[in-house]
Amino acid sequence: MSDTLLARSAEALFWLARYVERTENLARILDVNDTFSRDRAGGQNWLSIVQLHADEEAFFARHTMASAQTVLGFYVTDATNPTSVASAVRAARENARILRPLISTEMWVQLNMFHARIAALGPQDLRPGQLSPLFAWIKEACQLHTGITEGTFQRDQGWYFYQLGRYLERADQTTRLLDIKYHVLLPDPRELGSPVDVSQWNALLRSAAGYHAYRRLHATGITPAQVAGFLLLNRRFPRSVYLCVREAELLLAELKARYGLRRGNAAAERLDGLRALLSGIGIEAILLQGLHEFLDMVQQRLNLLGEDLMAGFFSYGDQRSFESPVSAR
Amino acid sequence: MLSAYAAPGLFCELTDAPAAAPVRERLAALSIEALHRRAAAAEAELYNLGITFTVYSDKDAIDRILPFDVIPRVLSGAEWQQIEAGVVQRVTALNLLLEDLYHGQRILKDGVLPADLILAHSQFRPEMQGVDLPHGTYVQICGTDIIRDADGGFLVLEDNARTPSGVSYVIENRHMMLRAFPDLVDGVPLRPIDTYGLQLLSALRACAPPAAADPAVVLLSPGSYNSAFFEHVFLAREMGVPLVEGRDLVVQDDRVYMRTIGGLSRVDMIYRRLNDDFLDPEAFRPDSMLGVPGLMRAYRAGNVGLANAVGTGVADDKAVYAYMPRIIRYYLGQEPILPNVETHLCREPEGLAYTLDHLDRLVVKPVGEAGGYGITIGPRASQEERAACRARLLADPANYISQPCISLSVAPTLVDGAVEPRHVDLRPFAITGAKTWVLPGGLTRVALRKGSLIVNSSQGGGSKDTWVLE
Repeated sequence: MSDTLLARSAEALFWLARYVERTENLARILDVNDTFSRDRAGGQNWLSIVQLHADEEAFFARHTMASAQTVLGFYVTDATNPTSVASAVRAARENARILRPLISTEMWVQLNMFHARIAALGPQDLRPGQLSPLFAWIKEACQLHTGITEGTFQRDQGWYFYQLGRYLERADQTTRLLDIKYHVLLPDPRELGSPVDVSQWNALLRSAAGYHAYRRLHATGITPAQVAGFLLLNRRFPRSVYLCVREAELLLAELKARYGLRRGNAAAERLDGLRALLSGIGIEAILLQGLHEFLDMVQQRLNLLGEDLMAGFFSYGDQRSFESPVSAR
Repeated sequence: MLSAYAAPGLFCELTDAPAAAPVRERLAALSIEALHRRAAAAEAELYNLGITFTVYSDKDAIDRILPFDVIPRVLSGAEWQQIEAGVVQRVTALNLLLEDLYHGQRILKDGVLPADLILAHSQFRPEMQGVDLPHGTYVQICGTDIIRDADGGFLVLEDNARTPSGVSYVIENRHMMLRAFPDLVDGVPLRPIDTYGLQLLSALRACAPPAAADPAVVLLSPGSYNSAFFEHVFLAREMGVPLVEGRDLVVQDDRVYMRTIGGLSRVDMIYRRLNDDFLDPEAFRPDSMLGVPGLMRAYRAGNVGLANAVGTGVADDKAVYAYMPRIIRYYLGQEPILPNVETHLCREPEGLAYTLDHLDRLVVKPVGEAGGYGITIGPRASQEERAACRARLLADPANYISQPCISLSVAPTLVDGAVEPRHVDLRPFAITGAKTWVLPGGLTRVALRKGSLIVNSSQGGGSKDTWVLE
């Protein structure tokens, strides 16, 4: 009995991890933008956050201008925006509710309380000066979830799907983070190497908690190419795309071997291909073919990977329409 | 705390019961303020734990807790013995009745029960005719609603033999009390209640098809939007079995499987928290999106077990209830250990005449409703309400029963800064596999509105922890 995992539960675990990871990344991006991202005139560029998520249409349907107030409202408290913290935490909690027979009480209680506090946030909580503590708390709440999960969740099949969700979402978020900086920073070649540019790339590293790790590796200075290479290809940095893909590949192989699962070969092959690609290429070659194009291709493969997992595990033996667990996107 | 408390003319569960003395003394030593403080902390904890039911409106999903009163209801060992024996007797009779109704129908032929009452009943399932069930158990889980009159005597108010709910609150209330009032519990010989999940699982396994050597048990829920979803989660966790929805199950060659990541996996026994009507769109309501097409075929073929069995609704009907003392005598040759409330069947001319003549003293209930809906309490009804009730009775007498207005017992309850008497009832839960086990205590529901006799959670009721002393 304990060896069976409902396909629907596996999918809900995958999404639970994804939504918490997404929330953490969103808090990182907003925090860093608030604290470090200043342009030459000292203003903050909040539009870049909207561009990062390709949310221009939805955002400008609600607001006329990208100010700190409107962008923060849109991405923190606006429950009608599927890419907000409020939506991601609600989706995480709804998946956890479905999963309550499987997850620990401590995991559930923490998420339930996190959700209650997020749902109670209003404009008064988004005033300047309150943001940094707010984002620090959101990040911590996500990390607390991760820690409680590590310490209390059964290491059975469900654990693998949870971990797969975490790493795939993290890889995806890192590519998005890089992609927006490419959009915002690189189009104007005159700004390359200027002080403002460096501070922007600093901010990027900080948002991925990679600033100090990067400085240890590249003590001489910060170049866009090295930052991009670090976030994409580094073998040890826990948020690099390479490391996330490699972890996912190992997890899937172990899951299949340990539980004798014959399905999921397409996902395994795609992960293998992606890992091989990332380990065989240098950042110079990537920049040569175009960073944006490369990131786009990685994102597409990650999306297809999600579909492979769906076909291989989440909708196995399907004869009727199989409504997926709560997903905001 | 109890200095200003009085319940004149009513039976009080705490002050009129000698066995409750130790608990009463400990409570008396607590101040109202301390009680309030701890009650507020306990309530906050219920929210954090998500022990809630969700109320959906157009734009919001609001999580509510079942109001919990921190002053426990206490039963002595001797009181419990009577309740336990009475519940076992009743559940045994219900199972014998159902097995008979779906086989030889001896009781109808012998004229003890009117055949038209049963055969025309909307909950009578001809599909079940001749289907043999392991141990002859139809009602694996039964909730028996019991009240206490002004003299402290126990009476059965109603049997719930379909999908009775509330047991999760019994156990969560106890956990809450142990955390919030360790000083109150310390040294009191309380009967433990934490084996419910084990007892339930072993009964379910006992009722699985005999061919299954190691039966795979699941709990079938309508889904996370159901108001009782918390309880479904709770029970699945307590038993350690998968919590499935209809869309997780599939029937192939009259066998039931669940969809897992490794493929289809056989299911032998289903504790379903879904009414008969929604179980199988092929057999019952074709518009049911919650059920499993083909489930009845698999069930009738003996390839899967269901708890409770299909068709138990015919036995817990309010009209059949009136015959329960006769049913117990018929099958068991015993007098009922727990008496019924005196009941007048309006389907019988004498019953109707008596009801119409004594409307101002009777409670009139529709036979098919649950949750306290459609009830007219004669002594409290206005002239117009009584007239409307009379008209309904004359239009469709068979749909009604009437009972005398019982002065329900009360228990001290914390309300708005004071401790006041509020009416309570009791729902013990009985589990039956090869034989019947009763969870010590059960759900004490309390009518939080002053003077109200209706304890249902849908009508402003709350709950209390129920203590059975050794």
